[in-house]
Amino acid sequence: MNWQTLIFGNLSWSVLPENAIAWFGALTVIAGVLAVVGVVTYLGRWQWLWDEWFTSLDPKKIGVMYIVVALVMLVRGGSDALLMRAQQATSVGDSYGILTSTHFQEIFSAHGSIMIFFLAMGFMFGLINLIVPLQIGSRDVAFPFLNSLSFWLFFAGAALINCSLIFGDFSTAGWLAYPPLSELRYSPTSGVDYWIWSLQIGGLGSLLSGVNFFATIVKMRTKGMNWMRLPMFSWTVLGSMTLVIFAFPILTVTLALLYLDRTAGMHFFTAELGGNMMMYVNLIWAWGHPEVYILILPAFGVFSEVVPVFSGKKLAGYTSMVFSVWAIVVLSFIVWLHHFFTMGAGADVNAFFGIMTAVIAVPTGVKIFNWLFTMYRGRIRFESPMLWFMGFVVLFTLGGVAGVVMAEPPADYQLHNSLFLVAHFHTMIVSGVLFGYFAGLTFWFPKIFGFKMNEKWGIRAFWFWLIGFILAFGPLYLLGFEGATRRLDHYSSSLGWQPLFIVAGIGAISIAIGFSCQVAQLVATFRDYKRNRVGNDPWDGRTLEWSVASPAPSYNFAALPIVHSRDEFWEEKHGASTQEQKFEDFSMPKNTGAAVIVSSFVFLLGFGAVWHIWWLVIAALLGATIAVLVHVFNEDSEYAVSGAQLAHREAGLQYPTSL
Amino acid sequence: MRRSTIVLLSIFVLALAAATFLYVRSATIAVLDPAGPVALAEKNIIITATFLCALVVVPVFFLLFFFAWKYRADSPQAQQSHKPDWDHDSILAEVIWWLVPAVIIAILGVIAWNSSHALDPYRPLESDVATIPIDVVALDWKWLFIYPQQGIASVNLVEFPAGTPVHFYLTADAPMNTFWIPQLAGQVMVMPGMTTQLNLAASKTGDFNGFSGNISGKGFSGMAFTARAVDQQTFNTWIASIKASSTPLTQEAYIMLAAPSEYNPVAYYDLAEPNLFGAIESTYMNPGSAMPQVSQGMTVTP
Repeated sequence: MNWQTLIFGNLSWSVLPENAIAWFGALTVIAGVLAVVGVVTYLGRWQWLWDEWFTSLDPKKIGVMYIVVALVMLVRGGSDALLMRAQQATSVGDSYGILTSTHFQEIFSAHGSIMIFFLAMGFMFGLINLIVPLQIGSRDVAFPFLNSLSFWLFFAGAALINCSLIFGDFSTAGWLAYPPLSELRYSPTSGVDYWIWSLQIGGLGSLLSGVNFFATIVKMRTKGMNWMRLPMFSWTVLGSMTLVIFAFPILTVTLALLYLDRTAGMHFFTAELGGNMMMYVNLIWAWGHPEVYILILPAFGVFSEVVPVFSGKKLAGYTSMVFSVWAIVVLSFIVWLHHFFTMGAGADVNAFFGIMTAVIAVPTGVKIFNWLFTMYRGRIRFESPMLWFMGFVVLFTLGGVAGVVMAEPPADYQLHNSLFLVAHFHTMIVSGVLFGYFAGLTFWFPKIFGFKMNEKWGIRAFWFWLIGFILAFGPLYLLGFEGATRRLDHYSSSLGWQPLFIVAGIGAISIAIGFSCQVAQLVATFRDYKRNRVGNDPWDGRTLEWSVASPAPSYNFAALPIVHSRDEFWEEKHGASTQEQKFEDFSMPKNTGAAVIVSSFVFLLGFGAVWHIWWLVIAALLGATIAVLVHVFNEDSEYAVSGAQLAHREAGLQYPTSL
Repeated sequence: MRRSTIVLLSIFVLALAAATFLYVRSATIAVLDPAGPVALAEKNIIITATFLCALVVVPVFFLLFFFAWKYRADSPQAQQSHKPDWDHDSILAEVIWWLVPAVIIAILGVIAWNSSHALDPYRPLESDVATIPIDVVALDWKWLFIYPQQGIASVNLVEFPAGTPVHFYLTADAPMNTFWIPQLAGQVMVMPGMTTQLNLAASKTGDFNGFSGNISGKGFSGMAFTARAVDQQTFNTWIASIKASSTPLTQEAYIMLAAPSEYNPVAYYDLAEPNLFGAIESTYMNPGSAMPQVSQGMTVTP
């Protein structure tokens, strides 16, 4: 080992991008970072960012940071999607499109990994942070520092995955990196290691968050909020966090084993020397299938809040809803094999998992009936959260049909890994998860900022997303039936697929316009914030979060509310319940930069592990450990808040409601 | 929701339906146009499952739009009929909500059980005609077909008589792939160190497209092949001509062939190494065995 390897590991000048498009990606990242740094420096806002945001332990602020990062990742993943659509629309017959096959494979691998881990997971934890403590009548989460650490680990993972745009390449093995393709023999560069370590770090953040919010919902519900009075969003989050706690350790172990295969010459999953690649496929889906429900359950929760509020009615079938959430939690762990019916496992095994997969459609179908009958005899206001719901029901139901069809193993033989499958899971993740989160963001935005989002741009965004989605993924369903498999960078012109790929490309452009509308929406929202200012209850809400001022104070509740019924705030507004405000002294956690420091070390650890810079790995591990210990022994981590003082302030803080 | 929006939306949906209908009628949709008993049975399951699901989907769509229209805030009816406390938390309603999807899923479950057994890819097809075994090896990035009984091999084209059951044994000397001929049968995974099986038959002659469904590296998009069903006479002539005029597939020739290469043209070999398939399989299966070392990145044009 020479001194260069000792210091720089596998890093060298040759790891810089190879072609124009890759350079463009790298320069975009660099320019983006420089622009943000420049603007913040110009405005002199570093101190403010550090004091008010980076070191904040307020879940609402952490939630906002999660969503900001998630939306930036949506831009990254979306750019990847546009490049893929461009490639598949043009690379036919004698033309080989705009990307090399390797670059195309890096792009789809990055697209999937980023969209799931850094868009969807980030957006989900963002919404959970924003609203769960408020909804259960709590001032904070169970472990405030851990919450901050979760976010910063998530950020470190997101940063690491984007480093691959500048230094080295990314995995070409798809978003789940099946061996043996992801093993050293077939993927000798550091690309798969980037994938492993960014997911490992982001996944650690997710696991910690899962523990945190599980404990928060179980232990920190306010007085009187028994289980059957828990708002539905919090129920779904509890289900989702339960899945996180059980599923993410599997991912952690699987990634660790793959890294050992690649780095320490192990043979857990290799083709040769006794390794078993199907063990990896089983393990990754034992995490991967629950992951889908981790994402979708909170989206169901959002709709279970949005539909009653915008229908002016109680949620129909609350009990059914609760049971269906837990049915999904349990069932989601016994369906993983449907991702590889084609393995040749035998008829009994396939039939069992096929039936289980179909069964999971029952609780999901029940939920749809619940929402529909919540609308029945309601007074429905079609503001944008409700529009997202309408789009969701239509697309999600159709996508669900595709799922039930594929639950029949012999049908799956024909549809497995075809574009039909790709269209199916995008329907579930985009129209289910993402539409739900968009609805949730619009719905809860005023509670966090004190003003509503611009509705005009919100509605435009919805239509472009909806139409774009149909145009982008409708053709993929058909292409799957025509035999088009996923991840093709080129196909023969005799197959006649090109027209459908072009339509799909047009759909992708429409989605991009939809997203641009959302950017315009944010700009307009913050520009006109004075005009859009609202009181504590802009939508005629039903649950506790609407009982406090908008924006919600850092301590959420000056006096902890006592819950007497399911829709406590609604009952109060209609005189069926009253709150006796009792102001007590309490303590709140002080801001701390420890999570930023720990996560910076963890980022360096990841970077070192990717490039085999072992001194950096050891130093970073040491740094992270010391930083954690320093924080743990810091006794001065809380400050006292006087109840009497708050009682005084509350009297002046009350805004009139807008309705 | 404004009336103009609804009109525009209706036009969009109708146009979409019309375009889809016209497209499906004019294009060849492989999965829906089966050319063999296995693909036909699989297609029927897809259609049956879709129609069963429609029993839930149609009412859901109807209720969604009906309620959305009837109970919209600006309709006079919604003001009168509004029942803010109606939550239907009654046992009967909940039982119905659970029961309707549950019954449909129960039917689908029975179909899943029966069809998984009937259409188990490992299950030989019943026929009076003797089955032809064909060994398949996924390579970087082409398909090698070995005919153990006929003593020939081919690359990226597999030919067999129509009406004759074919029993494929599949392994890989490359990362994982799937083997798929949509008009004849669904996929099965193809993995190094393991052998999977697939049974199918063509009920008519013709060329059918074959694909791989699992990313296997740089040249993955070129993992397409042709499955050609011909009459028995043509098949016999084809075998004879290959035996007469092709290069022998020896161990050395195989190593050359197995080296990574992209978009390979069809090629034929006379099988000189009868146990080639078993040898490929066992190089991965025996722990500690040395593998035929083929330098990565080397490109060979067969």
